Amino acid sequence: MTDAIEATALTKRFGTTQALAGVDLAVREGTVLGVLGPNGAGKTTAVRILATLLKADSGTARIGGFDVAHDAEKVRQMIGLTGQYASVDEDLTGTQNLVLIGQLLDLRTSAAKRRAAELLEWFDLSAAADRRAKTYSGGMRRRLDLAASLVGRPAVIFLDEPTTGLDPAKREDMWDVVRSLVADGSTVLLTTQYLDEADALADEITVIDHGRVIAHDTPEGLKRVVGGQTLTVRPSDIARLDEVTAIVAQVAGSVPEATARGVVSAAVKGDAAMTETVVRLAAAGIAVTELSLHLPSLDEVFFSLTGTRTAETEEVA
Amino acid sequence: MTNAVALDASPRGALPSSPRSTDAVPLSARWRTLRHALALAKRSLIKTARTPEALIDVTLQPVIFLLLFTYVFGGAISGGSQHSYLQYLLPGMLGQTIALAGVALGQNLNADIEKGVFDRFRSLPIARSAPLVGAVLADFMRYLIVCVMTLGFGYLIGFRIQTNVIAMLAAIALSIAFALCFCWISVFVGMIARTSGSVQGIMFLLVLPLSFGSSAFVKASTLPGWLQAFVKVNPLTHLVGAVRGLLVGGPVTDHLLWTFAWMAGLLVVFVPLALRAYRKRA
Repeated sequence: MTDAIEATALTKRFGTTQALAGVDLAVREGTVLGVLGPNGAGKTTAVRILATLLKADSGTARIGGFDVAHDAEKVRQMIGLTGQYASVDEDLTGTQNLVLIGQLLDLRTSAAKRRAAELLEWFDLSAAADRRAKTYSGGMRRRLDLAASLVGRPAVIFLDEPTTGLDPAKREDMWDVVRSLVADGSTVLLTTQYLDEADALADEITVIDHGRVIAHDTPEGLKRVVGGQTLTVRPSDIARLDEVTAIVAQVAGSVPEATARGVVSAAVKGDAAMTETVVRLAAAGIAVTELSLHLPSLDEVFFSLTGTRTAETEEVA
Repeated sequence: MTNAVALDASPRGALPSSPRSTDAVPLSARWRTLRHALALAKRSLIKTARTPEALIDVTLQPVIFLLLFTYVFGGAISGGSQHSYLQYLLPGMLGQTIALAGVALGQNLNADIEKGVFDRFRSLPIARSAPLVGAVLADFMRYLIVCVMTLGFGYLIGFRIQTNVIAMLAAIALSIAFALCFCWISVFVGMIARTSGSVQGIMFLLVLPLSFGSSAFVKASTLPGWLQAFVKVNPLTHLVGAVRGLLVGGPVTDHLLWTFAWMAGLLVVFVPLALRAYRKRA
């Protein structure tokens, strides 16, 4: 398979800030690359360069074989871009927003209207089609923005933090959309601050920080490096904490951390850990108020990869 | 959860798959750009229609200024006859208002870029100039409103055209054409200014000396010599002079030629500058 997106040694400086310090990216056709990193890591800068909005200081990037600097026009015919801040026109209705994009993509007005209607329908926006985008909720605005980037059926789609600021239900919904894009044959480059999002959607993950790639792997490979999932159990009766600790220790095969607040958590490997814990807790007759299995946070990923916390955490701390 | 399972579980079904190749409009590159610009102009007009308060500078402002100048300064300037001053003032007021009417264009473009709306346009396979040209074309409507309001309200308070309807239409056409060229300064400032508020500040600093340092409000012969030298080359002097000739009689040709020269000059200088600034602006 060929690479739909390939970038080599991209650099970009804004004044005294080195936003990109030599970034390589490669996305095979028909796959999803998750670009994972904290705020200010250079994710958006990389996307803007790949989407021809910004010129790199050095390095090369190709989309579908076309150079973003020299064949920008060809590149623009292939791409769809959904920015971090939904760039829909608030004074226009949903339909007007999409018809405008269709006309700019040289569709006949009738075809542009048809395309707008079917995309609005697909994104559950038909009822709001004739309302101004100003009246849309955050989730609706994101969907409209994404619909706008799909009017021309782009082969390569850039999603810059598509779920930042969305509530969990809307987030799942956006994930479904991304999966549909891939099922439709598109190549997707997705930036995110969440490992679980990259894990759920991406075929490969590139982790960047301070404008550099610090890891590139499959989700499985990355999880192996950063320690897989964490199991957390909180018994209803704090007196049974020791029993819970013993059970979690057996399942995880490691010594759990018992925190002062009556919670036990341990790194576990394999998806069966949760089920096994439930079975054992039930057998012992222990009720729990919290039982969860989650991936390490971005902060924990960075700690594992670099031995330092992300810049944001440092600032907070 | 694995990707494969989730794919099948998507509740939305497959993405809709039109358009087809037959849906495309077969146009040459030049006509494509014009169609894009017109589509974007329509966008600007929709926005204007949604926010009528954005039209105050082309509706209420000419009315207020006409009243103020006619009844506050008119008597003093023309020795007691406000009516005869109105005959002199109106073409000048039309020139100032139509030059100021372009300020909002630069402000709006600046705000659009800040909001990221233009990122979408920049990622599309359209000419770089299309969003700017579209915005300028839509401004045509505002300039037409300026002309209608100024002449209409002027008529109500006593202004009378001394020529004929054709000359009046020519005056309107000339004013709008000039404004469409002059507004590229505002577009350029809109591209380089950091905030839309500063666009207004910069443009007022530019337009007010031009309109007051011209023959718009007083006869150039009353001004000191050094200022007269400026008045003679000032584009608003010539626009106002030509419009004055077309509306109330007097020499037109010289002013007209100067105005055309200025229009061409403005386009040659500020269109490329604006486009270059737009391309550079990330």
